[in-house]
Amino acid sequence: MTRVDNEAAFEKFKECAVEVLQVPAEKITPAASFAGDLEADSLEVVELVMALEEAFDITVEESELEGVETIGQAFELVTSKL
Amino acid sequence: MELERRGRRRVVVTGLGVVSCAGIGLDAFFEGLNGPAPEGERRVRDFDPSPWFDLKQSRRADRFQQFAVAAAQMALEDGGHPEPDPARAGVVIGTGVGGLETLEGQIKVLQEKGPRRVSPFLVPMMMANAGAASVSMRFGWHGPCETVVTACAAGTQSIAAAYRLIAYGRCDLVVGGGAEAAMTPVAMAAFSNMTALSTSGESRPFDVRRDGFVMGEGAGALLLEELGHARARGAHIYAEMLGSGSTADAHHITAPAPGGAGALACMQFALEDAGLSPADITHVNAHGTSTPLNDLAEAEALEKLFGSESPPVTSLKGVTGHSLGAAGALEAVAASLTIERRLIPPTVGLEQLDPEIHLDLVTGGPAPFEEGALLSNSFGFGGHNGTIVLSSFSE
Repeated sequence: MTRVDNEAAFEKFKECAVEVLQVPAEKITPAASFAGDLEADSLEVVELVMALEEAFDITVEESELEGVETIGQAFELVTSKL
Repeated sequence: MELERRGRRRVVVTGLGVVSCAGIGLDAFFEGLNGPAPEGERRVRDFDPSPWFDLKQSRRADRFQQFAVAAAQMALEDGGHPEPDPARAGVVIGTGVGGLETLEGQIKVLQEKGPRRVSPFLVPMMMANAGAASVSMRFGWHGPCETVVTACAAGTQSIAAAYRLIAYGRCDLVVGGGAEAAMTPVAMAAFSNMTALSTSGESRPFDVRRDGFVMGEGAGALLLEELGHARARGAHIYAEMLGSGSTADAHHITAPAPGGAGALACMQFALEDAGLSPADITHVNAHGTSTPLNDLAEAEALEKLFGSESPPVTSLKGVTGHSLGAAGALEAVAASLTIERRLIPPTVGLEQLDPEIHLDLVTGGPAPFEEGALLSNSFGFGGHNGTIVLSSFSE
């Protein structure tokens, strides 16, 4: 993926996260943690993943979410499937 | 005092909250009850959850849950923000149905997009106890948090359960009430097909032309408190709750027992529980749904209970419509205000009293409330009957 593609993908990712987690866009940074910075519980992460599956036309298995604690990790998981 | 002699603690109403198509908040609601009735469906139009929920919270809460929290929080604020021992503070909020809107929405998602898209929040939003649970979380109260699900009797029976938690010593303060938001396409079709809904769209309790109920929604909450606890913090006291009755028709899943037998027994138990006789009752806030069978059965029960000495009776459903599990709670809020303001709202929509009904119904405008005790009735599909007894407070 080119740098431009990557930026466009992150923008799309960010839109999903803002919509589902109801947080300001500037809080969606690679280092932001779901539980701490974004105050999102596990059900909310599941809901976010559903939105991402739809937006990126990918499938994420529940087992793949283990250890995913930050926006950066979740974004990597998404882009690994593109 | 009679109740204390029976080993019970005295329970008073110290806060009220309400979300209704007649109005949100006490003054708007009580004024709205004088009519005119809203046109058409009794939805709470333009309900804005933002005073009680941020955006994220409101996405995670079904409409009935939002109503429940809004009404409970209003009751707490109205009650002067008491700070009870959390272990001795409880919540009993009933509902007829629960989060039906959420369920219906997710069934569509399932059919259109498949099981992987069904919201992980469906369960905590549709469950009938979601309203009560949200209120306990909001207040941080650790005492009993329960939900009564007895169709249209749920609001009244929840308040009765809340009363018992205090009267028998488990709690010092309990929010009791009911919440409903079930005006969904499937529910409306189902109620309509069972011929419960009015085809004219007019709610006319006890009127000879009544032809069914008009569906409503909303929530009501009472802050109930042990008398000493209320006194110690200088709380305003609206009314005293004296007891309740609960019976089952054991007759038919939707039709009331002939002659209002279950309703009559329920009111008799309520009077006995309160240590009162029919002569002590100066007002009845009737269930009065505007269905042919319910209103006749309730009227027969009232006539048998009071003989020719019927106290003034009213039904609020001409304005509010029938909000199922919230109805009894809305009516308990109105009844508490009736005691406080000494005014009985009229039975809006009643123009020609059914000639088979011989009751002193309040019509045309509000009537004065003569100091004393009142009954508030609710009857639900399944044959559930509930009555609560509220009275003017005196030392």
